[in-house]
Amino acid sequence: MRPHFLGHIVHHLVLDARDRRTLLAAARTGHLGPPVFRSTGMGRSWQEAARPPAFDKAKAGEAGRAVDHTFWLTPAHANEPNVWYAGTSPQGLFRSEDGGITWHPFSSINDDPDFRRWMGTVQDGTPDGPKLHSISVDPRDPAHLYIAMSGSGVHETRDKGRTWAALLGGLEVVEGFNVADPAFHDPHCVRLCPSNPDRLYQQNHCGIYRLDRPGTTWVRIGQRMPKRVGDIGLPLVVHPRDAETAWVFPMDGYHGLTAHQPGGCARRLCHARQRPALAAAGRRLSRRPGVVDGEAPGARGRHPGPGRPLPRHHQRRAVGEPERGRTLALPGAAPARNLRGRGGRAVTQELRQGTQPCRC
Amino acid sequence: MQVLIPTPLRPYTGLREVAAAGATLAEVLADLERRYPGLRFRMIDEQERMRAHMSFFVNGAQVFNLAHSLHAGDSVQIVQALSGG
Repeated sequence: MRPHFLGHIVHHLVLDARDRRTLLAAARTGHLGPPVFRSTGMGRSWQEAARPPAFDKAKAGEAGRAVDHTFWLTPAHANEPNVWYAGTSPQGLFRSEDGGITWHPFSSINDDPDFRRWMGTVQDGTPDGPKLHSISVDPRDPAHLYIAMSGSGVHETRDKGRTWAALLGGLEVVEGFNVADPAFHDPHCVRLCPSNPDRLYQQNHCGIYRLDRPGTTWVRIGQRMPKRVGDIGLPLVVHPRDAETAWVFPMDGYHGLTAHQPGGCARRLCHARQRPALAAAGRRLSRRPGVVDGEAPGARGRHPGPGRPLPRHHQRRAVGEPERGRTLALPGAAPARNLRGRGGRAVTQELRQGTQPCRC
Repeated sequence: MQVLIPTPLRPYTGLREVAAAGATLAEVLADLERRYPGLRFRMIDEQERMRAHMSFFVNGAQVFNLAHSLHAGDSVQIVQALSGG
């Protein structure tokens, strides 16, 4: 198979688990506008969206926004075949009802005065532009969605996007800013657990959090992470069948970690040495049904470099800790996919919660 | 009139130079969009602004206004600038 999108930046590539054959890709060259591509042949050929995500034209005298790139793609509920959601930079939410061929803006966010104010702050200083991302659909209710905005916080709708409510309880912001103002909240990645849709995990600029609905207060579970690592990062992955397990990729650049529940403990579990720059980019791999949604940046291993020693905890395995490069199957569950480094070397592992005492 | 297409956009046209009609640059681009769907959005954003790095020339002189008038026999050149590290 020949390379596709040569020279493009591919922000998101997602397989539709509903039909298991439709792929959407958000790609751009940086010079030629922000298209979305669609394949119904498992990527053998691609067609450009006839109407890609684009903001409504501004009224006369107003400064309108133009989509720089589509950053996030999410298939809608199983009962809504061919419906997709897209998040863009600058922040905007879009919906397609024809499998990604044409896209229509959500004015309830894109043109709402409050959302526009929250979007337009210093928090929008992301190098590649602020993003609307982490669009999650409640598998029990097609009208119930979550979105996250970097930065304007996490928001929820129960009426398919007509009205929205912020979910900011318990979240922290950078010291000195108003925690009650969504403008100062910076979620990096939010994931809904497929096995428990009432549970959300969040990697925020200010820590790792968990939220159990119908509660509205996030709990900062990242405070139990090893202090030398901290709980700041970008990607976050949840287990497809075990809501007690999630993976985070802290920005210290050398660790892959699992955030364990329900004890609020976060534990080092694997030795995924990753490239900080790639982790910071937050790029994502495709999602396949029944497979861990791997984050490409975190999956790439790299030696610290000639002359630089491995961190001490990489040099010696703790008692009971598995070897690097193996994936341990969960009882009663299919083995999760390894996240592999460039040389095919597995760089992360999976264990059942509670098999080791916490060493945090 | 003849319109020169920059290399990155030739997958749309399959040709280096194509014919298009219109009394203004906007009309020529609309005609190109009819013939080659998706091409215009690569050059003009949803606010009707020329995208950064896309430059338009008429008879060798750069123009910045989509309402620029065109006449029979004019030639249009579309040029994509490159930048980066």
